[in-house]
Amino acid sequence: MAERITLQVARYRPETDTEATFQDYEVPCPKEWVVLDGLNYIKDQLDGTLSYRWSCRMGICGSCGMTVNGEPRLTCATFLTDYLPGPIRVEPLRNFPIVRDLVVEIGDFMRKLVRVKPWIIRDHEQPLSDGEYRQTPDELSDYKQFSMCINCMLCYSACPIYGLDPKFVGPAAIALAQRYNLDSRDEGARERLEILSEHEGIWGCTFVGECTKVCPKNVDPAGAIQRYKLHSAVESLKAFFMPRGAP
Amino acid sequence: MSAGYTRYHPRWLRPRVSTYWWLRRTSYLAFILRELSSLFVAWAIVLLLLMARAVNSGEAAYLSFLQWASHPAVLTLNIITLSFLALHAITWFNLAPQAMVVKLGKSRVPGALIAGSNYAAWVVVSAGLAWLILSGG
Repeated sequence: MAERITLQVARYRPETDTEATFQDYEVPCPKEWVVLDGLNYIKDQLDGTLSYRWSCRMGICGSCGMTVNGEPRLTCATFLTDYLPGPIRVEPLRNFPIVRDLVVEIGDFMRKLVRVKPWIIRDHEQPLSDGEYRQTPDELSDYKQFSMCINCMLCYSACPIYGLDPKFVGPAAIALAQRYNLDSRDEGARERLEILSEHEGIWGCTFVGECTKVCPKNVDPAGAIQRYKLHSAVESLKAFFMPRGAP
Repeated sequence: MSAGYTRYHPRWLRPRVSTYWWLRRTSYLAFILRELSSLFVAWAIVLLLLMARAVNSGEAAYLSFLQWASHPAVLTLNIITLSFLALHAITWFNLAPQAMVVKLGKSRVPGALIAGSNYAAWVVVSAGLAWLILSGG
């Protein structure tokens, strides 16, 4: 008989509960099963009332981020056997309001993401007849790391600054802003700088560095923020010494 | 059904951040200690300024400063200060590669080299100062 493991799953039913509680479920533990498989087993076989988000099961969509034994993890990439003999405690991502069970409210992140304009901005679009915007492999490598972000929000969950001050723009949004700033086709760095130079922008970060440690895609948001600080400081000095712009 | 809950706008649960959040992970504790080390950096500067003022005020003032500085309480504080200064320097040197992108030609300088050059500069400056002080120059 296959080994089994206990999942202690956080439950919050807004229609009746005022606090989250834990419910134990025993699930099979084959070596290829991840925490998400365990949750799907619960949903399909044991308790259909359990709510959680998931989609692709392969670390691409960023939907299934949860707190597993206190660590922010993608549950589709967290194997049950790594936690034997168990139990495994599964909770919603920290630092977000909980809608139900393991589902968190992500509106705050979505609004912040839009604010930093994570898309290519051009002063003047060249006509289609001029062809595509060409880019060398070196130019691509400048921003590729930051483009791997899947908006899973594990970094927000790990960031104590965001937990203490929800106005902080946060790691992923800043890393994505940096992704476009470093893109040779983009001309929107100045627009983004106005937003990110605010107190709740890059200067809110105190370089705890946990965002980078928990990132499942090795994006290094902490690095992006520190580099942005340096860039912002240089721009401020330039504006001070050359108020009319560089010759 | 509890008050405040409506079917299409459920009541969100907002867990409060514990006052002791910084004890939850070793990395959070290390971060708090690094922030705390700034106070000791400030104290080190004050101590240096006090010493400079004593030197400037003549031999008697300098001897009085030395006597005050050798008091066990001040010595203890300064030993703690030294350990926090070392923590401050080491943690920042280790973080430097994340904040700096240095390119040589088309290739990026490895992080270990950036941190290593910081440590090397630290050793050289410390050795220079030690030589200056110990040689009586």
